[in-house]
Amino acid sequence: MTIGSTPVKYRIKIDQDLCMLCERCIENCSYGVFRREGQKIVPDFRKCTACHRCIAMCPRDAITLEEKPNDYRSHPLWTREAREAIYNQANSGRIILSGMGNAKDYPVIFDRLVLDACQVTNPSIDPLREPMELRTYIGKKPRKIEINTVKEGDYELKTKIAPNLKLETPVMIGHMSYGAISLNAQLAMAKAVNKVGTFMGTGEGGLHKDLYPYQNNMIVQIASGRFGVDINYLERGAAIEIKIGQGAKPGIGGHLPGEKVAEDVSKTRMIPLHSDAISPAPHHDIYSIEDLAQLVRSLKEATEWKKPVFVKIAAVHNVAAIAAGIAKSSADAVVIDGFRGGTGAAPRVFRDHVGIPVEAAIAAVDDKLREQGIRNEVSIIASGGLRDSADVTKAIALGADAVYIGTAALIAMGCRVCGSCYRGLCPWGIATQRPELVSRINTDEAAQNVENLINGWTLELAELMGAAGINSIESLRGNRDRLRGYLLDEGIMEVLDVKMIGA
Amino acid sequence: MPDTITIDAKDMHYTPLNKKIREAVNDGAKEIIIENVLGQRFIGNGLRGDDVEIKVKGVPGGDIAMFMSGPHVTVYGNCDHAPGNTMDAGVLVIHGSSGDATAHSMRGGEVYVRDDIGYRGGIHMKAYHEKRPVLVVGGQAKAFLGEYMAGGILIVLGMNQDFAVNERGIGSGIHGGMIFVRGDVDENLLGIGAKKEQADMDDLKTIRIYIEKFADYFGFDSDEILKSGFTKIVPASARPFANKYCWE
Repeated sequence: MTIGSTPVKYRIKIDQDLCMLCERCIENCSYGVFRREGQKIVPDFRKCTACHRCIAMCPRDAITLEEKPNDYRSHPLWTREAREAIYNQANSGRIILSGMGNAKDYPVIFDRLVLDACQVTNPSIDPLREPMELRTYIGKKPRKIEINTVKEGDYELKTKIAPNLKLETPVMIGHMSYGAISLNAQLAMAKAVNKVGTFMGTGEGGLHKDLYPYQNNMIVQIASGRFGVDINYLERGAAIEIKIGQGAKPGIGGHLPGEKVAEDVSKTRMIPLHSDAISPAPHHDIYSIEDLAQLVRSLKEATEWKKPVFVKIAAVHNVAAIAAGIAKSSADAVVIDGFRGGTGAAPRVFRDHVGIPVEAAIAAVDDKLREQGIRNEVSIIASGGLRDSADVTKAIALGADAVYIGTAALIAMGCRVCGSCYRGLCPWGIATQRPELVSRINTDEAAQNVENLINGWTLELAELMGAAGINSIESLRGNRDRLRGYLLDEGIMEVLDVKMIGA
Repeated sequence: MPDTITIDAKDMHYTPLNKKIREAVNDGAKEIIIENVLGQRFIGNGLRGDDVEIKVKGVPGGDIAMFMSGPHVTVYGNCDHAPGNTMDAGVLVIHGSSGDATAHSMRGGEVYVRDDIGYRGGIHMKAYHEKRPVLVVGGQAKAFLGEYMAGGILIVLGMNQDFAVNERGIGSGIHGGMIFVRGDVDENLLGIGAKKEQADMDDLKTIRIYIEKFADYFGFDSDEILKSGFTKIVPASARPFANKYCWE
């Protein structure tokens, strides 16, 4: 062992004057950082992931944690991360696994876009006084509608409308599977979306029976592993989503290690206990856009054309052409997941380096579909690192019909973005299957938190729309005149098709 | 409603055809004969009915019996790609050959193909408790047979052929289930994660029931088939990717 150990990342301090030796830090830390030695609590810095559970649960605020400054010789190229990744791989010869979203410091385009507001030339709208239409329908819309006159002043719709999802807010929760996250985490989010009138995804891990009461607000996912997929599962969902790709790891599949395939996970996924759950990169019945169309139609046929079918792809360079193909495949919505999308586990090299930002992808897809005259026939759902209502508003103004949030919903339930989800030891009870950790989530309280978050964002969205003189989400969708680029280069402005500030 | 219903599929689109099949099942038909099938996809998709028998005359298109849960379907002709895709329960008997991805991700039930299958046969088949899917191929299978297989039994007989499987990628990433190939298989054709063994008496006992059914469906002598030696291909490990990753 010539490499030796690397410097610790986090330093924990315990104020011995404040500490009353209640040992809650020991009980709460699933990584085993703390131990008691006589009349002292002693931390093992090296085990710490900065999950903050100890700090949050300390009744005396006796614990502080700081990210320890880099104590390697400073170098702009050979950063701490670069060096430690090399040490890690020199020791193991393996692929480095990581959690959460992209950890590279790429500029965030959302932060270089500002929203416009009305002043005197046209009036803003006060959402307290005026009705604001935030209801959104996701699914295929007819090219035109025909009506029959039944009798004078009374009409009936002649055109058959395809099934759509009715959202009371354009904010949905994306797919995080049972297995990757806990049942209590899924249950809390399911209760929240049911209350708010929106939807969440099951992920590719099947639908646990405890979620059946919320099935009308669930979008069931079918990925290449086809875990938990049978006709009952397809019929239970309000919609079906085919997962082709994921923003956190475009071009590769998923892999839930056997350790996480506990009794109930195995039952829900319909695979043997503790076997690996492998979703290979491609669906082996899809090798072309025609094959994709066949799967879309096959799902529709199996569910008697009663469910909208979405197709989720990672945002990649030719995303617009792919989305156009999807739009023509009978799919009802295309989900674009940007490169800041979260994940329970992804090779670090993928998470940090593959894909494109969702902002550019939404604009490119919206443009292409408009160009081809089919934008109105398919909905666009955007996801991948949306942090607040401003990101939601900007995503819609760039061309999305609705958004999926993922990490934000987890943060609402306590997640501190420590990025160690793949270890299955999440002390917040989210990315774990250990019963003692899962039980840390009170589903009613966590549901209330998620509900509050979505309600808060929805109120802000209405205010932002009102300020821009817009009273319906349909008028915001693709309304890039409400956006201006601030310190964005000309090339990106062209892709986004937005004007510069001051213009 | 009579027990037997005949549907003429000539020039019929798959959606009305499937609708008619569903209606017949809902009305209590026990035998449904579909005549003049020519390329219609998705026949019997998601169809339930443990006591329903469907006879398909002609050549169906892709994804026949996909998500199917219960019925017994017999096809008197070849099948296009992915018959039995993600099938849950029931039986599919094909009097001919079938295309690529036959029995893809099948989770339960049995598929019998008299002749050959295309590429990626039995790929991603998986098992759970009593759900143990079975694919029996009378003729030859192409490359990538049983890749990522997570459970179930796949049998390739190679009748009237020099080899049952003579293409690469057999069982790549296999982490559950068993592949039985009549005769020998060149070691070099195995994918990463697969290993071959000689099938023993217990194995032959396991597959006998399915070989007998195969022989019964297509008029072969099961004893004659079982006389030959079988190669068994199984996972080298239940955790093929366990040593691929390290933590950040």
